[in-house]
Amino acid sequence: MKVDQDSPGARFARLQDECRKRFQARITPGIPVISIGMATCGLAAGAIETRKAFEAILGERGIQARIESVGCLGHCYAEPLVIIENPGFPPIAYHEVTPGKARALVKAFLEEGDPLFEFVLGAMEENDLIPSVMDFPRFHLEKRLVLEGCGRIDPTDLDAYVAAGGYAALAKALAMSPSEVVRTVLESGLRGRGGAGFPAGLKWQCAGNADARVKYVICNADEGDPGAYMDRTILESNPHQVLEGLAICAYAVGAGEGIIYVRAEYPLAVNAVGRAIAQAREHGILGDSVLGTDFHLDAKVFQGSGAFVCGEETALIQSLEGKRGMPLHRPPYPARSGLWGMPTVINNVKTLASVPPIMRNGADWYRSIGSARSPGTAIFSVVGKVVHPGLVEIPTGTTLRTLIFEVCGGPPKQKAFKAVQIGGPSGGCLPGSFLETPVDFDSLTEAGAMMGSGGMVVMDEDSCMVNVARYFLDFTQKESCGKCTFCRIGTRHLLNILDRITRGEGREDDLEKLESLSADIQKGSLCGLGKTAPNPILTSLRYFRDEYEAHIHEKRCPALMCRAITAFYIDLDRCARGCDACVGSCPVEAIFTTRGRKKAIDQDRCVKCGECLVACPAEYDAVRKVSPAELAPIFERLEE
Amino acid sequence: MNEVSMFPGDEEMILEITNRIEAFPKRRDSLIPILQMIQERCSYLPPQAMESIATHLQVSISEIYGVATFYNQFRFHPPGRHQIKVCLGTACHVVGGDIILENFERKLGIKDGETTADLEFSLERVACVGCCALAPVAVVDETTHGHMAPSKVEGILLGFEIMRDQAEREGRTQDES
Repeated sequence: MKVDQDSPGARFARLQDECRKRFQARITPGIPVISIGMATCGLAAGAIETRKAFEAILGERGIQARIESVGCLGHCYAEPLVIIENPGFPPIAYHEVTPGKARALVKAFLEEGDPLFEFVLGAMEENDLIPSVMDFPRFHLEKRLVLEGCGRIDPTDLDAYVAAGGYAALAKALAMSPSEVVRTVLESGLRGRGGAGFPAGLKWQCAGNADARVKYVICNADEGDPGAYMDRTILESNPHQVLEGLAICAYAVGAGEGIIYVRAEYPLAVNAVGRAIAQAREHGILGDSVLGTDFHLDAKVFQGSGAFVCGEETALIQSLEGKRGMPLHRPPYPARSGLWGMPTVINNVKTLASVPPIMRNGADWYRSIGSARSPGTAIFSVVGKVVHPGLVEIPTGTTLRTLIFEVCGGPPKQKAFKAVQIGGPSGGCLPGSFLETPVDFDSLTEAGAMMGSGGMVVMDEDSCMVNVARYFLDFTQKESCGKCTFCRIGTRHLLNILDRITRGEGREDDLEKLESLSADIQKGSLCGLGKTAPNPILTSLRYFRDEYEAHIHEKRCPALMCRAITAFYIDLDRCARGCDACVGSCPVEAIFTTRGRKKAIDQDRCVKCGECLVACPAEYDAVRKVSPAELAPIFERLEE
Repeated sequence: MNEVSMFPGDEEMILEITNRIEAFPKRRDSLIPILQMIQERCSYLPPQAMESIATHLQVSISEIYGVATFYNQFRFHPPGRHQIKVCLGTACHVVGGDIILENFERKLGIKDGETTADLEFSLERVACVGCCALAPVAVVDETTHGHMAPSKVEGILLGFEIMRDQAEREGRTQDES
């Protein structure tokens, strides 16, 4: 049966040994290691400048240290994030490391042994010297299975992944029969992390049992939700874990080709996956004989061209075949008849990345994590009005309150929490009364939201729910592929109605119209995009109907966000005589001097950008925002 | 659509593309990778290149436009020298990303999706560049600008103006010497 006389286990042990040796050889004992987070978010925050500053100052001072580019830890608020391993100290994480801080750290910490406590985020392991990051709720409430290696290992280095235990799960799977692998995944209770939560094992079983010569495995990394970026982070920071999951899946179902469908907008991820595939091929992990067995697998990257609907599996297949990405009727499900009519398993990045830990530790271990009905962990990108935005991996069953308030620090500036939008354009808004809801597939769906993409936007008192619903409808309306009439035209009408409500031109029967049209769209659409498009409206109507009514009946935006029905004015009692701070800040020169050398806003010119509110010195705090717009007093321009 | 004029050097570019198209297998699933290759080379999809694809894949040109216009990635007009992308992802939206876009539109005198008449700037909205912690975000060429504000919009455009003036002055002094 086996091509090689070695078992995959023995073969893998040799590979692991080689990788460890190479990995160790690169480490010089006694030399500090500086790891800089260089995924997209780190780069956006200036990681390249930070890296250059480290290189320059190390060279200047003649200090030996190794600089490593790692992926993302998920702590977006702290980027650029740097971990320094200085011999004699525990590894220490520093947050927001600017070039200036980089120079200071080299001088003080590497030269003189002063870790500069004022810049420290925390130590990466328990010690007596420096408070550990584990003391923060952000760290100890997290449970990292999928993101474990992200931000800790160099994503371009196969040796680093293997030395950290990578590909052992594949070797273990290859020693089992394909049906045993499927059974393990089935028993683990792993549910598809793409949003719908379909049991991954059932999909595998269906494709595995299908009688076909050619089968495919596709990793769906066509992350389209505007506000979710965990798939990108995983691919950028630890592509081999996804590849390992893909290989295990391919072995289990008997597929010979794997395709990783990544959005072209993610150039770093496309490169990372391409490199990982080449490395795996070179080391016999992919190719004609995977780890010396007669199982052959090749993998390639396909770049998605930016159509939200292609996240839907049948549309994704259409686009792989070179067509317009329009969904097809299911059944037949892709697991029976997918790409080129062959059985095809399509799993999300997070689903595949969950497989290696499951194979290593067993189904029972996985079932012991999180809630009974959706075991494992959930990854959210928590953004919006929270102190610590970023990627969070928590066991399912954790409550929304813990996630938003403890892990992410709740809304900043003592603002009141208003709602959380979960699941992006297909999800819904939940108010404060749902904060005790545990995060898992079923509980969130029961509450009216959904896990969806894992995008989570926290909103405080300054966010208008009508405006947010309008935002999502604007998105889905543009992304509707146009196949189903209800989705194509219905979402356009929903958007028009929301548009006029936010402009203060809402009509008495608009809310009923929104509800009935939403129901029709849900019934009349083929795929998930149309079926879920009205969700943002329906949930906000259910929980925040008073806001819609205030817009329609009083032409008032309670959150003061809808610009057409709000206005800025300057309170003359507070405005300081002769102060000019706001005048220069105004991009449209709408601010003029009125009585007593005080300032006033020309309402016809004002574009309501809010710059004057920011520019007005805190001790005067004279700029006011009101809704409806008519409440703003009118000041006459003085003739000069 | 206006008559598309050829820029100097375009003919060579089309020739090069046509040669590169030949390297792709004559199969329908090559279409999107070919379109991506062309866009990467030219920054947009020139009509002449679309004809070359049609000939190579033996598919009608309307079919090719049908696919190309379906996906957001593809552009049918050359972009400006400087590309400004304003993020309107969810996180940017709740902190006023639309105000930033509006400011660019006002300052440049164009709407999103357009290019200035001097081909200097093009402006587009994008759905999430994935650094939500820095919202609102604008990406100008390769640089990401976080925590955007209307005054920063002015600063960025002013920076380009200064650079251009400087380049012109240097060009003049070089001519003189």
